[in-house]
Amino acid sequence: MSWKNYFNTSIGKKLQMALTGIFLILFLIVHCYINAQIFMDDRGEAFMAAAHFMGTNVIIRTIEIGLFAFLILHILQGLALWIKNRSRRTSRYHVQAGSATSPWYRRSMGLLGTLILLFLIIHISKFWAPNRAAQTFGEGELDLYVMMRDEFQNLWVVILYVFGCVALAWHLIHGFYSAFQTLGLTTNKYKSIIKGIGIAFSIIVPLIFALMPIAFYLEWIS
Amino acid sequence: MEHYTMNLTLKVWKQKNHKAQGHFETYQVKDISSEMSFLEMFDVLNEQLIAEGKEPIAFDHDCREGICGACSMHINGRAHGPWHHTTTCQLHMREYKNGDTIVVEPWRANAFPVIKDLVVDRQSFDRIIQAGGYISVNTGNAVDANALPIDKHSADESFASAACIGCGACVAACPNASAMLFVSAKVSHLALLPQGEPERQTRALNMVQQMDKEGFGGCTNIGACEAECPKGISLENIARLNREYIGAVMAGGSQNAV
Repeated sequence: MSWKNYFNTSIGKKLQMALTGIFLILFLIVHCYINAQIFMDDRGEAFMAAAHFMGTNVIIRTIEIGLFAFLILHILQGLALWIKNRSRRTSRYHVQAGSATSPWYRRSMGLLGTLILLFLIIHISKFWAPNRAAQTFGEGELDLYVMMRDEFQNLWVVILYVFGCVALAWHLIHGFYSAFQTLGLTTNKYKSIIKGIGIAFSIIVPLIFALMPIAFYLEWIS
Repeated sequence: MEHYTMNLTLKVWKQKNHKAQGHFETYQVKDISSEMSFLEMFDVLNEQLIAEGKEPIAFDHDCREGICGACSMHINGRAHGPWHHTTTCQLHMREYKNGDTIVVEPWRANAFPVIKDLVVDRQSFDRIIQAGGYISVNTGNAVDANALPIDKHSADESFASAACIGCGACVAACPNASAMLFVSAKVSHLALLPQGEPERQTRALNMVQQMDKEGFGGCTNIGACEAECPKGISLENIARLNREYIGAVMAGGSQNAV
């Protein structure tokens, strides 16, 4: 078997999902840390300094290309697996086990992922895309802090963002543990630790993200 | 618990063969003892059908003591019924009460085509075993049991994995119709022992390849298999299979795999 074949077996595809998933988890940590600078309540000074670094540093910009590549791979492979796995049982059960044998979110990764994707399309078109466009073709970097403050005056945008964070949290609760299970690291010894860290991560990170639009809307920060 | 009798309505899947369109048929059974096993209740129904000159329902069974893995009914949405760590023959009618309606379906997975009614073809499992679920030994006298030291922990873990009876409940319960729990148990019980060492890499690669070829779905770590397994095979086996697979790839198993 060649390397291509190794990654094309059912376990190989799981590994693609797990490795890209872990990369996206690492991205979330960085993204969350940088955006959480707005809570400094210094009129976005610390946040803009960090955003400027992330937006202009050559290494970060290179990693950004990899991030999009991994994100697209994660999405395409995930959707392909969702469709393929469903096709393995063409004659469906008339009575389903439902939650009796597994929690709903473990069975709904495709759906949760799709919701996150829809959220991401809106999110990227609101912040990342206009900023990069201005950097490349326009007058330079935009004031992302002001953009956030303005966007999050709209209640519907705030609700949409909180909804996106909730979908992300459920997706992560299974995804975090699942990635380590796929890598074979959830042995008797480490299983409960990995599950614990996974649940803590899945609650804390989306919660911090969700607090950002809420904080602007309720004017906790100026 | 006190003995009682009950009357039940059964909705059972009838299907002539793999190609035919299946449908549910409704039957009434009377005076079923709470002490009967689920399969004995089916025996009563079949005798009733034969007496009425109708065709009995085809279903798989063999040992009737919970160790062979032949019985394969999907009962009210659950593989082998609602009891934990139980095969259908060990599910007893005291689970049900008078007037209940029970829906009985075959294992549903494209890799398990229906032969007739509730009987499905599980030869795909045999072919996966043939792809690597064995060890090669020279014939001759049996080796002395203590000639090869094996630590207690590994022996116990291997034994727990070897408890898999190949019933297919994992596939039946999995929303993806994945066979990963079965394959991981079969890889694990050999991977944990020194006897399994020589063919370790090719075993993992070849069995996974065969599993994919048979048309099972991919594992997404849902865990319904573990919940329904009558022998308590755990998801740790799947983690081990993943490790075995990664290990075989890293070690350049490509030279050995077919």
